[in-house]
Amino acid sequence: MFDWVQNIADWFVYDVLNMNQGQHLAEALNFFIYDTTKILILLFVVIFFMGIVNSYFPIDKVKNYLSRNKLFGLEYLMASLFGVVTPFCSCSSVPLFIGFVRGGIPLGVTFSFLITSPLVNEVAIGLFVGLFGLKTTIIYVISGVLLGTISGIILQHLKLEGYLTPWAKEVLENAQRDQDKFQAEKQTFKQRLPVIWAEVIKILKGIIPYVLVGIAIGGLMHGYIPEGFLEKYMDKENLFAVPIATILAVPMYSNASGILPVVQVLVAKGIPLGTAIAFMMGVVGLSLPEAMLLKKVMTLKLISIFFGVVTLCIIISGYLFNIIL
Amino acid sequence: MSKEIKILGTGCPKCQAMTGIVKDVVTANNIDATIEKVEDIMEIMKYNVMTTPALVIDGVITIKGRVPSKDEVLALLN
Repeated sequence: MFDWVQNIADWFVYDVLNMNQGQHLAEALNFFIYDTTKILILLFVVIFFMGIVNSYFPIDKVKNYLSRNKLFGLEYLMASLFGVVTPFCSCSSVPLFIGFVRGGIPLGVTFSFLITSPLVNEVAIGLFVGLFGLKTTIIYVISGVLLGTISGIILQHLKLEGYLTPWAKEVLENAQRDQDKFQAEKQTFKQRLPVIWAEVIKILKGIIPYVLVGIAIGGLMHGYIPEGFLEKYMDKENLFAVPIATILAVPMYSNASGILPVVQVLVAKGIPLGTAIAFMMGVVGLSLPEAMLLKKVMTLKLISIFFGVVTLCIIISGYLFNIIL
Repeated sequence: MSKEIKILGTGCPKCQAMTGIVKDVVTANNIDATIEKVEDIMEIMKYNVMTTPALVIDGVITIKGRVPSKDEVLALLN
């Protein structure tokens, strides 16, 4: 599918720049051009597609849907799936949380959404396809959705309402299954397109520096760390590798675009994919800054339980990945 | 009549971007308006928005969850 990108990279490096095939710098440059072009195309396609879905399914509609329908247990899965198509900025986590609770959506379902949304999104998917291929991407998306679903169900069963802050409790008590109206409902595709387009360009502009730096670091590591070097420290037999990688990752924060190119190199150098993905999920899904924000609505105890359950689920899925792949 | 503009946001980069754009549009076009930044999350939630930043003009939420262009803000203010 991307042979033509390889042809362009070959043509540019060997013909235009007249570098010799086999030369270390030429190969590195060729790899960099091929990789960045391919990834940017994929990112563009996925972000654009998600932008269209999101324009027809904004967060308010998601909330109305979850608040209106009794889904007999499927609501966790639905919330998790909605999390995939809804872009998430960690600074919106508190308004989202309160909005959902106010709409009468159970705490566990709200958690399902909050967990999956940063883990599986348009940027992560686009990068994943470019770096790891379609099969691994599908497995990642499915496990991300299941992770949100299962963590949400567990958290619901722990009956944590009592550990909300007084403000959040008050919102919970006054919750109504109200249906908010919102504008822009009857816009044609032609009217929506400029807004979607502007968002796509804005997202791409925002992540391109991270992607470029990530791939450049990846390229350097490719050249200078010997194959299998990291395997010594983190092979599949080492049972502690997954939990250690996850626990190290939780306090850190980066978005998917910065961390994924580095993860890809770690995998190429011998770290098992499951361990690497557990690390990535820990970095992207949970972070100290997010915990600080959530203090407005949750007591420390609730935040600890929330982070604990999600960390545990990430560790389990890391092991599963290592067994499956 | 003077317009009452409120920008709802907890201080994330997107919220600052929106504030900058709105201020630019107001000064560049000599629009008679007061701009207030609402950063308290409990205040923000009174407007029932779930994504920030949000732009409120004369009590009506016009944009939420994204940073608008200058033309868009100008059109909303006229």
